[in-house]
Amino acid sequence: MRADLDIIKDWIPTGGRVLDLGCGDGELLSWLAEHRGVSGYGLEIDPEKIERCLDRGVNVIEQNLDDGLGNFGADTFDVVVMTQSLQALRYPDKVLSEMLRVGKHCIITFPNFGHWRCRVYLGGRGRMPVSDFLPYTWYNTPNIHFCTFEDFERLCGKLDARVMNRLAVDRHHRHGPASRIWPNLFGEIGIYRISGAGFTDHNVAI
Amino acid sequence: MPIPFPDDSVGLVRPRTQVFEEPLALACGRSLSGYELIYETYGELNAARSNAVLICHALSGNHHAAGYHDENDRKPGWWDSCIGPGKPIDTRKFFVVALNNLGGCNGSTGPTSVNPATGTPYGADFPVVTVEDWVNSQARLADVLGIAQWAAVIGGSLGGMQALQWTISYPERVRHCIAIASAPKLSAQNIAFNEVARQAILSDPEFHGGDFQAQGVIPKRGLMLARMVGHITYLSDDSMGEKFGRELKTDKLNYDFHSVEFQVESYLRYQGEEFSGRFDANTYLLMTKALDYFDPAQAHDGDLAKTFANAQARFCLMSFTTDWRFSPARSQEIVEALISAKKSVSYLEIDAPQGHDAFLIPIPRYLRGFAGYMNRIEV
Repeated sequence: MRADLDIIKDWIPTGGRVLDLGCGDGELLSWLAEHRGVSGYGLEIDPEKIERCLDRGVNVIEQNLDDGLGNFGADTFDVVVMTQSLQALRYPDKVLSEMLRVGKHCIITFPNFGHWRCRVYLGGRGRMPVSDFLPYTWYNTPNIHFCTFEDFERLCGKLDARVMNRLAVDRHHRHGPASRIWPNLFGEIGIYRISGAGFTDHNVAI
Repeated sequence: MPIPFPDDSVGLVRPRTQVFEEPLALACGRSLSGYELIYETYGELNAARSNAVLICHALSGNHHAAGYHDENDRKPGWWDSCIGPGKPIDTRKFFVVALNNLGGCNGSTGPTSVNPATGTPYGADFPVVTVEDWVNSQARLADVLGIAQWAAVIGGSLGGMQALQWTISYPERVRHCIAIASAPKLSAQNIAFNEVARQAILSDPEFHGGDFQAQGVIPKRGLMLARMVGHITYLSDDSMGEKFGRELKTDKLNYDFHSVEFQVESYLRYQGEEFSGRFDANTYLLMTKALDYFDPAQAHDGDLAKTFANAQARFCLMSFTTDWRFSPARSQEIVEALISAKKSVSYLEIDAPQGHDAFLIPIPRYLRGFAGYMNRIEV
């Protein structure tokens, strides 16, 4: 299983209802359905990935996240998941607020633009960072809304969302000591669990 | 000439007729004392009787969905692109049943059949049948064939409506519902087009109040016009533009009203002409009414999610981007209701230039998605 999915699978309650935004080939939903009795839907726009979801028997809805989640009622899912898509959205703030409306919890993963490599690249060369991990140049990247952990948490604050868990990991999804001490500098990928203002729950041990 | 038939064809097929003697009560309040349904089957019913698939046809369809009736047939059945060995509805896996609906004109009891009470053709006296009535009659056919539960009920357009109705009327008898290019009910614009088609038929002097058969004539002009107007709604602006543009049949304009000048005029006339020679005007009226009346949510305060509350099937909906008869938004209404009703549903919006007719065309992405869903069905 993809490393980030391997981490977040344990944040999803058994038998829960899950909405996976940008579900890819349906790997997470397929695993959750089989091992945790989870039901739900994946949203995807890539035809090939949609076909792979169908091949796996995952409920997949062809829908562009930038069009919103108007077809989903408030609080109809236990968890809304969005992995590695936040930075590619046209209106990440609106989608985030929609996720908080639809789900009791939201799990979001995204690359941290505040990572030291990005800082060194930008500071040293004065150019937008390009790496193996984020291989695009500024003009052809699908990632149009990069942010840092700090930026993301400020947006959560603005949306009255509470950060329940945060895990800063490296590109291999290892949770090392450096990223524990200074996540915004040493964490390459952020894995967040957040909930809306009205929702209180105990933290999940991770 | 398809000799030999292609490897992925079901080959030569033969229709069968089932006679039903028990009366069928209809939504209109009348009942049919007895009736016949003509149907075809492809593939083999397995020992557990768990691999049966029902194909529901659209407005002008019939029981001949796949294969050939004769070695000299120019064309196979209407959905041969999707039914056959190795095709999305794979006849190596599924036992496929396709029938001609009640009120049809291809062998099932309809306006051209003899009314046993009078000894003359029903004509205009054939009762108006609804999608629900069709589903009830199809359930009886399933009983006769020993099919307690369909692995899937599948249809496009009006056929998709029947597939949806199955999950509402007989929730325990459908495991999967595949509704393609369909809608939860007709819009005012949809009904308006149907009304133009009906008026074309009704106002043809040869219609004789529907009893043209007794007069030995057919309302050819009316039926032709009805088909022409319908056909426009099956194609997209793009596909018509691509196919015909403003091309002329002759090299100059004639400055008159009776010449066939543009290619698109010629095409529509040909389609209308061909159709009027093989289809019954009363059946056409009935089919358009069945479309207009379809509104399963009406019995549930207009709440489509409530309508599907008891459905046990898993759903797959597909739409086509340039379909303006039943646009993607119409399929999305169904998807939204199913999500709200917490049903299992997948939805594909296929980018295709062909308009409503796309559901009959072997578009690679459509076939792959369709096959992907069908392959997962357990039998």
